[in-house]
Amino acid sequence: MKPPPFAYRAPRTLDEALAALAEYGADAKVLAGGQSLIPLLNMRLAAPAVIVDINRIGALDTVFVDATGVRIGALARQRRVERATDAARVQPLIGQALRHIAHPVIRVRGTVVGSLAHADPAAELPVVLAVLGGSVEVASAAGGRRAIPAAEFFAGALEPALRPGELAVGAFFPALGPRAGTAFAETARRHGDYGLAGVAAVVALDDDLRVAAARIGCLGVAATPFVLDLTDVLGHRPPDSCDWSAAAEHAKRAVRPEADIHAGGDYRRHLIGVLTERTLRAAAAAARDGVIDD
Amino acid sequence: MTEERLDVEMTVNGVPRGARVPARRLLSDFLRHDLGLTGTHVGCEHGVCGCCTVLLDGEPVRSCLMFAVGAAGHAVTTVEGLAAPGGSPSPVQRAFAECHALQCGFCTPGFLCTVTALLRDRPRPTDDEVMAGISGNLCRCTGYQNIVKAVHRASELMAEAE
Ligand SMILES: Cc1cc2nc3c(=O)[nH]c(=O)nc-3n(C[C@@H](O)[C@H](O)[C@H](O)COP(=O)(O)OP(=O)(O)OC[C@H]3O[C@@H](n4cnc5c(N)ncnc54)[C@H](O)[C@@H]3O)c2cc1C
Ligand code: FES
Ligand code: FES
Repeated sequence: MKPPPFAYRAPRTLDEALAALAEYGADAKVLAGGQSLIPLLNMRLAAPAVIVDINRIGALDTVFVDATGVRIGALARQRRVERATDAARVQPLIGQALRHIAHPVIRVRGTVVGSLAHADPAAELPVVLAVLGGSVEVASAAGGRRAIPAAEFFAGALEPALRPGELAVGAFFPALGPRAGTAFAETARRHGDYGLAGVAAVVALDDDLRVAAARIGCLGVAATPFVLDLTDVLGHRPPDSCDWSAAAEHAKRAVRPEADIHAGGDYRRHLIGVLTERTLRAAAAAARDGVIDD
Repeated sequence: MTEERLDVEMTVNGVPRGARVPARRLLSDFLRHDLGLTGTHVGCEHGVCGCCTVLLDGEPVRSCLMFAVGAAGHAVTTVEGLAAPGGSPSPVQRAFAECHALQCGFCTPGFLCTVTALLRDRPRPTDDEVMAGISGNLCRCTGYQNIVKAVHRASELMAEAE
């Protein structure tokens, strides 16, 4: 089908965009990569009165990397971020997750921040932002700027904590600490589909190479990213003597996935167990390899 | 309500083209209906099938997931623009013909554009890279084996031409 009619604004600067969003308020929808919004328009599941297209605001097409983390502007495409080797060095989990989003051609247009703003419960990047404790920076004409922590930003399924008139201008993914590693895995029906369930893991080791912290973020099991701290379950042991399957069992019991047409709740829970063990082991191995390489 | 129309101009296959269209005109429909370039096919209009893939400033994109107005000022290459100026098929087009990488041909324009960009970025792709590269294009006829062969064959043809 074809999109319903809308009025179209294509601001060239951030100020113009914020002015347009302030003028139209809840009647306006932001258009970033369009890889989620345009399908919704084509299927007539969305019918905004006004579209504010941010694709001409070159100043938002940024990826800043420093020792504290990776700051990604609202127009940075997923494909560009996936190829950014400096970002991968500071926070490898972003690139590990990006490769699971759709297909390369979709990632040429789709933006990192657009995926966060879409807040799909099966999407990869919201889980990455949540498990890392990152934030989304939003701006509005009246209210200036504020940073919303991931734990608050994902308010519900497809419900970001954005008020009418607000634009997400960027996202901050904190750097990986020393002696830490990450891994991402998901199970999908077909390559490129949204995952039925997925896990992002972050493991940090202490000076004696024992597990100091272990966290996972899960997709596909709740309306918003589900983050679980498994440090105590693993019990500060060296990776070789950790009981990974106990941690996986713990994660399985913690999630309450629902059934839908793609998979049953029990199957999703089973996947969380398998993927938790797999990603924790891989993240711990990456943490140790990082130490040995240094 | 009379819908607002916008003058949309872009370079298509090296030629400046334009039309006056509503903002909601998809790039795929702009190419097919407004410019008469029906080589770009439309299967699903939600980004899944890949038939509508064209090159935007050289990068492969779904033309059904872009508005024409969003492509204004940019350079678009469609399947009609892949052959050399004299009309001789590109290495990718030749390889698809040689390897029988099409049957009904509905998916072919999307594959040709996707593979053209893939080989530009990875001139000697591995099997895995080929599979990942074409994973977003659906073909109901061939079973994909001959398409994978054609990608490798195109890679050879391009290497020979150098
Ligand atoms: C075939 C296909 C498969 C896909 N598979 C996956 C997948 O496996 N995993 C996955 O995560 N995604 C998947 N996607 C969607 C992903 O590709 C999108 O890129 C992403 O969800 C949205 O990013 P976008 O830049 O395209 O945003 P858009 O589609 O432009 O916008 C999405 C929503 O976010 C809002 N928005 C966007 N940017 C901002 C901003 N800066 N400030 C405020 N609001 C904003 C828009 O108003 C809209 O509501 C798939 C898409 C397709 C077509
Ligand atoms: S028509 Fe565009 S992807 Fe199917
Ligand atoms: S040749 Fe018929 S769909 Fe691919």
